[in-house]
Amino acid sequence: MSSLVNILSQGSRPVRELVVISGKGGTGKTSIAASFAALARNVVLADCDVDAADLHLLAAPRVVRRESFTGGKRAKIDANRCTACGRCEDLCRFDAIHLKGPGNIRFAATFQVDPVVCEGCGVCAWFCPSQAIDLSPVVNGEWFVSDTRFGPMVHARLGVAEENSGKLVSLVRTTARRLAEERRLDFVIIDGSPGIGCPVIASITGADRVLVVTEPTLSGLHDMERVAELARYFGIPAAVCVNKWDLNPKISDDIEAKALQQGMALAGRVRYDRSVTEAQVQGKTIVEYRQDASAADIRKVWEKLKVLYADNDG
Amino acid sequence: MKIAIASGKGGTGKTTVSTNLAIASVRRGLRVAYVDCDVEEPNGHIFLKPRITSSKAIGRLHPKVDEAKCTHCGLCGEICQYSAIVCIGEKVLVYPDLCHACSGCTQVCRPGAITEVMHETGKVESGMAGTIRFVQGSLHVGEAMSTPLIRQVKGETGREDLGILDCPPGTSCPVIESVRGADVVLLVTEPTPFGLNDLNLAVEMVQSLHLPLAVVINRAGIGDRKTQDYCESKGIAIWAEIPDDRRVAEAYSGGDMPYEYVQGFRAAIDSLLDHVLACKQAAPMAEDEVAR
Repeated sequence: MSSLVNILSQGSRPVRELVVISGKGGTGKTSIAASFAALARNVVLADCDVDAADLHLLAAPRVVRRESFTGGKRAKIDANRCTACGRCEDLCRFDAIHLKGPGNIRFAATFQVDPVVCEGCGVCAWFCPSQAIDLSPVVNGEWFVSDTRFGPMVHARLGVAEENSGKLVSLVRTTARRLAEERRLDFVIIDGSPGIGCPVIASITGADRVLVVTEPTLSGLHDMERVAELARYFGIPAAVCVNKWDLNPKISDDIEAKALQQGMALAGRVRYDRSVTEAQVQGKTIVEYRQDASAADIRKVWEKLKVLYADNDG
Repeated sequence: MKIAIASGKGGTGKTTVSTNLAIASVRRGLRVAYVDCDVEEPNGHIFLKPRITSSKAIGRLHPKVDEAKCTHCGLCGEICQYSAIVCIGEKVLVYPDLCHACSGCTQVCRPGAITEVMHETGKVESGMAGTIRFVQGSLHVGEAMSTPLIRQVKGETGREDLGILDCPPGTSCPVIESVRGADVVLLVTEPTPFGLNDLNLAVEMVQSLHLPLAVVINRAGIGDRKTQDYCESKGIAIWAEIPDDRRVAEAYSGGDMPYEYVQGFRAAIDSLLDHVLACKQAAPMAEDEVAR
């Protein structure tokens, strides 16, 4: 995959994209990704958890560029032209159209599109015999390029109850990679989202490496296996980091054994440390907040990842 | 009555609250269904240990083109908003991963060359965990779209006194599909800056859907008091504060139910159930509604 990135970067030096994901939520992705940025400094940060973004709370970005994101379309029925024939309701596969609109001169009620449910397929607009339906692009969110104390950051905010998070994730990633190339930075560190669905797939496809941050719980183990399978499915090398490992050393062992069995590299363990929350309250990464304990562990994980990259190149 | 348990931020305790609330409700003599809508990473089964008695494959539709009938008119590619079907010269290409199954291409195809075929994306399983009716969905790895599966999972719920919908994290499509039609949405958060930031996003999402909501603060005592202040300023009810307790984390880690033996935790879940039942009584109209 790094060769693909080479081609995409048009012969300039390779930019490495490291995606931090977890399967299960709340395992420490953002705290660890932000710590890497604080340690590395020659990075672009990308927050691809666009529907519950938190990285900005640690990175304190100063926005230098702000753009709206148009990812999809939405149908809208003109109540004055609607003849209440019901063709649109019959055709809509998403149950998004109902006879709930205002009346007009000829009809007591007209059809109306529920904007939250509409997936913008446009079938209703295509077939409406009165051309009463308009299909137009909608703004689904915003994205930003910012400066932080660690380097540039690309982030986004999906609008309330909006869709197309996958497209927004791809946009954030592309922008981040281009920025890294322009400024000759080595890494793009991507804070991913939980789960294994559309935004996660959009954040890992074509990346150089995935770091799975998990926790020593049965849920963490279960979800790590699924997300590892996803990385394998897309052919992306994965490494595992067990966060809060000392909460259950037995399951931590199980996770690492499973990871090795599934062909993943071990990136190390991070101990449970209440000061991670204290650092968060102060808007700092844990490696800026203290030197020892979990901060020392994270530093080791970052060093290990660099070794894994070097091995890859050799 | 259906209660959706969601969060914004992941790992705040949705599954812990959902499964323990299910147990508490059974103890009060209620008929309960636990429905795991987090089809990307379903975990409720680890705690409730159900006996699965039914499993069915769930799919979604995508187009299949009969080249012999195709006239290469290109209308299918023109109507498709997702670039899931494209006509290039004498060739029609289908990209099932991009398809939203809107049936537009099938509808516009005059020679009738396009049919819809089912592609399996996951499964819905159900059974019993003691007296709790248990339903979960599981998305196949590599599949991007979880919402059609979530819709199917919710369709499996019956007419129990209380349906507990354990939702995925985040605030976008899968969560919206999960909470739609619920009588009340319970947002589980933790009192940290990340927790509060994502709680605010989740509150905006729930309010845009015009659904009633309440908050549960998990791991109360860590972080700061800003979450309580936020709820107060927004007029959002806090139905329970679950004290931070390492024993709860340890129980979770091994797949156990802290309701059985951690006093403070049990008290918090019991008081949460009191609020749920009061809400149920206040809204008897919703009783027969089936969440869609």
